[in-house]
Amino acid sequence: MYWNKPVETMERGMLEQLQLERLQETVRRVYKNVPVYRQRMQEKGVSPEDIKTLKDLRLLPFTQKTDLRDNYPYGLFAAPQSEIVRVHASSGTTGKPIVAGYTAHDLQVWSEVVARCLGCAHVGKKDTVQVSYGYGLFTGGLGLHYGVEKVGAKAVPTSAGNTHRQLMLMEDLGTTAIACTPSYALMIGEALRDEGFDMSRIKLTTGIFGAEPWTEGMRDEIEKLLGIRALDIYGLTETIGPGVAMECLEGHNGLHMWEDHFIPEILDPDTGEALPDGEMGELCITTITKEGMPTLRYRTHDLTRIIPEPCPCGRTHKRIMRLHGRTDDMLIIRGVNVFPSQVEAAIMGIPGIAPRYLLVVERINNLDVLEVQVELAPELLSDEVRRVEQLSRDVSRAIEQVLGLGVKLRLVSPGSIERSEGKSKRVVDKRTALTQ
Amino acid sequence: MYIKQISAFIENRLGSLEEFTRLLADAGIDLLALSIADTTDFGILRAITSDNEKALTLVKSHGYTASLTDVLAVAVPDSPGGLADALTLLRKGGVTIEYLYSFVRRIDEAAVLIFRVDAPAKAAELLCQSGVRLLAQEEIGK
Repeated sequence: MYWNKPVETMERGMLEQLQLERLQETVRRVYKNVPVYRQRMQEKGVSPEDIKTLKDLRLLPFTQKTDLRDNYPYGLFAAPQSEIVRVHASSGTTGKPIVAGYTAHDLQVWSEVVARCLGCAHVGKKDTVQVSYGYGLFTGGLGLHYGVEKVGAKAVPTSAGNTHRQLMLMEDLGTTAIACTPSYALMIGEALRDEGFDMSRIKLTTGIFGAEPWTEGMRDEIEKLLGIRALDIYGLTETIGPGVAMECLEGHNGLHMWEDHFIPEILDPDTGEALPDGEMGELCITTITKEGMPTLRYRTHDLTRIIPEPCPCGRTHKRIMRLHGRTDDMLIIRGVNVFPSQVEAAIMGIPGIAPRYLLVVERINNLDVLEVQVELAPELLSDEVRRVEQLSRDVSRAIEQVLGLGVKLRLVSPGSIERSEGKSKRVVDKRTALTQ
Repeated sequence: MYIKQISAFIENRLGSLEEFTRLLADAGIDLLALSIADTTDFGILRAITSDNEKALTLVKSHGYTASLTDVLAVAVPDSPGGLADALTLLRKGGVTIEYLYSFVRRIDEAAVLIFRVDAPAKAAELLCQSGVRLLAQEEIGK
């Protein structure tokens, strides 16, 4: 089922011509409006006129997450502030988030690509879609929401959490599709089973899951528990949000990237050299229709490869493989991106707390739990429990404010966090299901 | 007037308390009074030992977070009302108790309690004026 058949099945030559024109337009615009891009291009001796073919994309400078941090909040916006109608935010690598701005046209594009994703999942007017992604600064909730409305399905904006209410509404409203993180889908599935819901009254057929990596094993489990087909959706705030790429029901393998809006490249993560289709490397995305905050060659640090073979569904847009991991130390916890350096930035500000910490991530009842271990410095010890508990609360609040995620703080004796030569071990990830 | 108490941070895991007390035992340090305030994740051990300075140096050199605090060692009659009378004195004087715990042994027929209060000087004055005996450091240990 297509949402926009002419575009989704566009002949490659035409699609590439469209990409080139849009790329040229984007490069001209950022060169004119964004000093950082102009300066970077001048340093490389590239001007907008040098982009004559799609291959010339490789002449352009990369954009990194640190660029978004260094130019926080509006430095990479390419449209006047008066044209920006919404912002979203995601984790930065230190204390500040990164901010993305959208013009009215950007929001239309976003709804369009999410609508195509829903088409991939055969979700349309007849459907009732429970959007159980968090609504707010996080792009998941609102991103899916407007796509659901665009295809004419009924949106049920439950947001994440309150699982029992989710199940009740799922049964009473006859929800046919659900969008959330795969780990939350597992939790919902187990709750359905454990709370003794009458499965014959559950109408769910389809799940659209993303915002964190998941495995084929997890897919099987979710499909079994919920009795549905589970599909993978990809996106990131820096490029638009969810909807950049989506698996189709027919292929059930690999995610179509909407190439009339986003150009994918696969790079050697170490050298930055572009790799041929089929080889595993770091995904790099150039947005070619974004107005508010276009990103040139954004380094996602996600590992994947392009599937060169055509898809049985008939779509001509290239597919990327389900994500294979990360090239950096970013963790994804309950759909939230977490960098160990953020925790470091948060605790650095607290007097007497050594910047020595360990993040322990576990999955307990299908919910990711982040434990932060911090060493208690001698000068902070009090013989009164409430003072130590207060300290513990202050530290966890500081971390939670930066991460936007609840943490379990554990004070440990000084010296108990393992030291090592060179780079110390900051993360213990016990969620094997995710990292396999 | 005050005596020294050693406070140490103890992680909440199997064997951590044993390790700590074994350390003192092997150094021949006697525990005269002991209390542990526990939370879900950690405990704070407070103790009066036969040699607090030695105990402090020892446990610190073994990686424990520990410190010394001044507390009052209050000798009350070892009979019903002994503690209650002392507490009445403090309450009337507006002194708040942070925590207290008792000595393992009796000293000179009296029960000894360790008091940690918000206003130690005032508490000492109130107690002494009413004839309640406070033990000195030399009477207990080093």
